[in-house]
This record gives sequence, C-alpha cells and structure tokens, in this order.
Amino acid sequence: MAKPTNNSEPTIVAFLCNWCSYAGADLAGVNRMQYPANVRVIRVPCSGRVDPLYIIKALQEGADGVVVSGCHPGDCHYISGNLVARRKFAMLKSFLEYLGIEPERVQFSWVSASEGGRFASLIEKVVDDVRKLRTPRKIVKEETITANVR
Amino acid sequence: MQDAEKKMKTAAKKLFDDKKVDVIVGFRKGSRANSSRPYFARSAADVENLVWNGFCTANLAAFLPGLFEKPARPEDGYKPPRIAVIAKGCDSRSVAGLVKENQVPRANVIVIGMPCNGMTAAVKGAQVKKDEIGRACLECVSPMVKDADISITGESRKPAKGGYARVKAFAAKSSEERWKAFVKEIAKCIRCNACREACPNCYCKVCFADQKKPAWVSPANELSETIAFHMGRMFHQAGRCVECDACVNACPMGIDLRLFTQKLAQDAHDLFGSVPGISGDEAPMLNMFKQDDSECFITDPEEK
Repeated sequence: MAKPTNNSEPTIVAFLCNWCSYAGADLAGVNRMQYPANVRVIRVPCSGRVDPLYIIKALQEGADGVVVSGCHPGDCHYISGNLVARRKFAMLKSFLEYLGIEPERVQFSWVSASEGGRFASLIEKVVDDVRKLRTPRKIVKEETITANVR
Repeated sequence: MQDAEKKMKTAAKKLFDDKKVDVIVGFRKGSRANSSRPYFARSAADVENLVWNGFCTANLAAFLPGLFEKPARPEDGYKPPRIAVIAKGCDSRSVAGLVKENQVPRANVIVIGMPCNGMTAAVKGAQVKKDEIGRACLECVSPMVKDADISITGESRKPAKGGYARVKAFAAKSSEERWKAFVKEIAKCIRCNACREACPNCYCKVCFADQKKPAWVSPANELSETIAFHMGRMFHQAGRCVECDACVNACPMGIDLRLFTQKLAQDAHDLFGSVPGISGDEAPMLNMFKQDDSECFITDPEEK
C-alpha cells in the first residue's frame, strides 16, 4: 500500500502545550541545543485541547509519527487539563495499538518550561523510534486524490 | 414471552389512562416475517400495536435525545415530554449514559424493564431461525434492566461471564496482522452512516464526519477517509459503548464493528474501572480523572 519510510527522513508532528512544552521547546532553541529537524511543532493551548482526530488526521496526511506533550501532572495552567488528557491518551494509545498502528508512531510525554534538554532528547527519541520502524505507514491517503483536491 | 408482552401492554395502557406519558417508545410488528421495528405509541389506542418478541434488536434509547430536543422557538411554559421506553438491559444502560451526559432528563423518562432472552441478529434478506441469538446477546453481561421504573417479570437470560475473549484473541496477533484485519473489515464500508444513526451515543447535532470546516473526513470514496471516519467514530465510544450491537445490526455490509469497540470497553474497565451504564460514576469516564491514573504509556526520554 505504501512505501516504507526507512530511507527517507521521517516527519514528526508535535502538539505542544502553550504553557510548558512549547516554552520548553523555546528554551531548547535559546540554549542552542541540537535536536533533529524532523519535527513540525503545532502550538495548542493545553494538552487537553488535543482531539484524537488531530492525531488520526496528522497520520493520514503524511506524518510518520505524532508526539503530544504537555505540562507535568499537577502543573497544568488550567488545573486539570493534562489530567483529563492523560485518561484520553491512555485509551487512545492502547486503541491505536490494538488496531495495528505501531506504538512508536504515537507518543505522549510531559515536558515543563524549564526542561529544554528533556525536549531535545524527547524529539531525538521519537525520531529515532520512528526511523527504526521497518513497517510502512498505516493510514495513507492516495496521492492522486490529494493532488486533485489541493 | 407472550406473557411479558401482555403485561407490558397492560402497563402501557395504564400509563396512558393515568395520563403519565406522552409517548411510549417500543416495538411493533415489522413488514417482513420475523422482524420488529421501533414504534412510537402516542395514545391508549396505539398500545395494541406494541409487540415484544425475539426480534426487538434495536436500541430504543437512540430515539430519546431526538424526542427531548427542545424546539428552536419553544412556546411559553415549554415542558419536555414525558416518555416511556420499553427497555432491555442494554437500552437501560444507554438511558443511564444519556442521563449522565445531560441528554435526557431522568425525571421525564419511565423505563419499562422487560425480561430479555436475547434477540436474534438482524434479518439481512435471509430468513432467520428463531433460535439464532445475536452475538452481543450471547456475550451480554447485563440482561437485567437497570433502574427500571416499571418491571415486567418473566423468564430472562442469565448474564454471560464476560472476559473479552475475542478482544484477547485479536490482540494476540501481530501488529501487521491486526492492521490487515482491521483494514479488510473497514474496506467493506460504504459510508452509509447507519452505524451512527442506530447508536444511542451518536446524538451530536453535527457529526465530525459531516463538518465541512474543518473537514475531518472527506466524503471521497477513499480508504484512508473511511479508516479515519471509523477510528473517530469508534474512539467516540470510549467509556460509553454499552455493547448492544445496534451498529453491527444496522450495518448493511456486515462489518464486525464490535470487535474493535469492545477493546475500548475492555480498556475502560481495566484502566479506570468504568463499565458504561453500570458502574455508578458521577460523570462520563473521559470527563473525569484521578490523581493516580496510569502513566505507563508516557514516553520518558530520560529513561535509559
């Protein structure tokens, strides 16, 4: 169905919460830390804002992996957004794995605003995990149709 | 079963005579042999049309959000209707779920609990033998009606053991095999949305699949769109699906949807101890949290 992604550079979509992980990514940049350039960052107000459809859609539209990151539990700017998200993602991760999507492709983590180094190593880990996969991407849009629509 | 039908009719007639209800949602004889279809009895005279037999497969709770929908310009002193529903175990669990999600005012619903012996799988063209009970009913852990206002007694099915044997068998396959099996099943879909219409949990005014801005799912006849639709629809059942098989029976292509939604029911139970419509959580499972919810799925980049 799809070409294996082994030889090409993977694209990772990162949904980062505005208050912690996005600031953490910023800090990694300010500190000039090195991390793979495969990541495409999307800023969201809170990890609780990430609808499972965002993740499914990202995978369908060509992302090789998705990573969602928010504040550590207890540190949410909206008090409990990440705690609600935690339940949702526990269900989602298990469900997608059950359907046959490799768990490496959809990952969740906590990165605080002071953890620039943790952000860099998170991205390194996710890119590395996805690169190691020997199986093709799963939900693939047919290119011809995409070309006609866009 | 005829005895239960007689008792149900008497109770229904009494509700109309006492002016306690405006509508009774139940079943009437279908247009084909060995079938029943949903029916709305609006007066004592309509009660004669009600039936109760082994073909009452639909989940009648699916009609409640529509019946309780407030008109766009309600008259002064508008009151929601009073509705009685002829309920099996699964219907009553759905009613409980809808009450929890504020779609149905519990005070205005009269649950008429029926003894359920299991229903035949939906008739798809062919004649169904009377003893062919649907898979959902064979696996049903809750044939008893929950919180019935009027209980009709009679012979009822014993609860199955549960245990999610099919889910476990599917999960034991390799990742690639699972994906192939999932795609093979979903590829049958003609996107008629019957699963959505039959489901009591699908009451959204505008479904994500119908939204145009943003268009989550395009109407194009393309496999990835169908997969995205089903993943989205199934995940919306997380912690809500009562495993009534209404979607499976409604599906004209015979897609085994419950093999996948059942996984969500299993996870809801194993991870958060929630059984939709049975465990008495105060809010829907995904609207709640506990400080010590599982974190085993979180990626820790510093872990060596």
